[in-house]
Amino acid sequence: MSAETQIDLNAPPMRAVGIRTQFGPNVIHENLDFTVNRGEIVGLVGGSGTGKSVLLNTMLGLKEPEGGHVEYFGKNRNDLTSKTRREINNKMGVLFQGGALFSSMTVRENIMMPMRENANISMSLMRELADMKIHMVGLPPESAVLYPADLSGGMKKRAGLARALALDPKLLFLDEPTAGLDPVGANAFDELILGLREAMNLTVLMVTHDLDSLYLICDRIAVLVDKKIPIADSLAAVSQYDHPWMREYFGGPRSRAAIGAADAHNERRG
Amino acid sequence: MLSSTADYELEMRGEALIVHPKGHWTIAQAGDLDGRLAGDVAALTYTHVDYDMTGLKDLDTAGAYLLARAIRYGVTPAESWDVCTGSNGHRTLMKAATSAVLGREPERPRQWYDAFARIGEATIRFWNETVETFAFLGHFFVVLARVIANPKRLRWRSIVSLIESVGLDAAPIVMVLSFFIGAVIAYMGANLLASFGASVFMVDLVGFSVLRELAVIITAILLAGRSDSSFTASIGAMKMRQEIDAMTVMGLDTYEVLVVPRAIACVIAMPILTFLAMMSGLGGGLIVAWTTADISPILFFNRLNTAVGIENLWVGLVKTPIFGLIIAIIGCRQGLAVTGSVESLGQRTTTAVVQAIFAVIMVNAMFAILFFQLGV
Repeated sequence: MSAETQIDLNAPPMRAVGIRTQFGPNVIHENLDFTVNRGEIVGLVGGSGTGKSVLLNTMLGLKEPEGGHVEYFGKNRNDLTSKTRREINNKMGVLFQGGALFSSMTVRENIMMPMRENANISMSLMRELADMKIHMVGLPPESAVLYPADLSGGMKKRAGLARALALDPKLLFLDEPTAGLDPVGANAFDELILGLREAMNLTVLMVTHDLDSLYLICDRIAVLVDKKIPIADSLAAVSQYDHPWMREYFGGPRSRAAIGAADAHNERRG
Repeated sequence: MLSSTADYELEMRGEALIVHPKGHWTIAQAGDLDGRLAGDVAALTYTHVDYDMTGLKDLDTAGAYLLARAIRYGVTPAESWDVCTGSNGHRTLMKAATSAVLGREPERPRQWYDAFARIGEATIRFWNETVETFAFLGHFFVVLARVIANPKRLRWRSIVSLIESVGLDAAPIVMVLSFFIGAVIAYMGANLLASFGASVFMVDLVGFSVLRELAVIITAILLAGRSDSSFTASIGAMKMRQEIDAMTVMGLDTYEVLVVPRAIACVIAMPILTFLAMMSGLGGGLIVAWTTADISPILFFNRLNTAVGIENLWVGLVKTPIFGLIIAIIGCRQGLAVTGSVESLGQRTTTAVVQAIFAVIMVNAMFAILFFQLGV
């Protein structure tokens, strides 16, 4: 049996258990539990400064938590051999906030980069697969040879997403995917994520402030308040939860407008 | 276990080709599968492709892409395709893959004349670079004149801090380097002149070479390497992070804020550094002369006074403000030319150092001709 099948793809792709994060005396997360189940799109929300990005970094493995541990596909991250760890990393894709594209490479080379490192395929096939990813995220074919500096903000996000998808990840992390996009572009991006989830059987965790995308595409919403995630559930359950910050967040005028828009949208889609 | 291998069977049913993929069609297998399917269907004639996904265990975009090639690479491209048995996910994935396969345009192959085109581009770039450097210089002098006419606009605080980083911080390394250069020159003289019994002339050798040329050049090259890279990198990073744009919008003149203080700092620091370099170069020569040729310090200074003379010190120092200006201007100009990418920052930093060293050596040669004609 090949090493690849040692990863149990049916287990929850990502699970945080009892995470404690602190910077000096300043505790950011305390006893935080959070699970992302297979095949769902989870939105992570929280006020500014509650440590969403820190949590994302912890879950990605860019930062070790001061307490607790992170599990990938049912296995404790610290117990993994470096080989399995690498395989699991190949099953995860990340779209960083600014795209984090390598600025010295064209879009196509950016997408080929993870393939070149991890897959044993010919250059021409790699190029074609990269072009397919470019096509899938809705970028024009000409953009393959452009450098990141020549792309607009929305195109950068799409290109970053194409790179995140390069190795067909099972788990996709999105950091503020629609921030800085105009409403039309943001909507298209949401649709794109939904379509990709269906096509590639993705599990998605997105940090977002975009209420529209929370309502439209997220199956569950995890709320980071008081140093932990007390609830991660459907929108209806989360908006009923009794906490002052959440009442304000989900009961505010922007939120009500977004709920109205989402309802209308869902009706149209039937 | 065969679970992680991929294979397929082809079946012709009338005008239709039926593809039965089996096993794991994923990127891990793509290397083996690449080309096989397209090769196998190349001789077949069909108008429709059906995919039967029953034997399939796993499919990702790479696998779907390879499967979709069957549509394009027959004798004639197929007109339609379908997934006859398979999940919704398979269908969506195949849809994405086929539209990518069919939409792909053949690439423009490399032409033999590409090399000439690149030479042409490089020539034009070189010319533009030269023109832009002079334009920058002109703009700088206009701003400088404006600032001097209204000295309140000089940013003394930043000038002083720049003098510290450009001048004071560089002093130890400049002095150490020119000490060794002075010593090496003296050694050369000791070897060469001892055979004529004219060892005392090594004082002339050290004096002339260090004062007129070497101390100046060493300092200028060091400053070019040290300060130009830092000017370009810091201004370039400001450009990348739109700080320069913010300044322009606020009505601040970039030249006045960034370029003029750096230029003034270099013009002030360069002569001081050079003077220190001269002194330590002479010191290096003195010690070697004393230890190898028994020329006592008193004799050394006497000889220096009578044979070399103070005018050589002035000849060396008079060049330095100009070198300082050249170095500062090139560093700032390259920094402001940085565009959005990290690559261009690195490239511009290299260009700045290379251009500055080139310019310093060339201008120094022009000075040598000038002084020769003037007879100093």
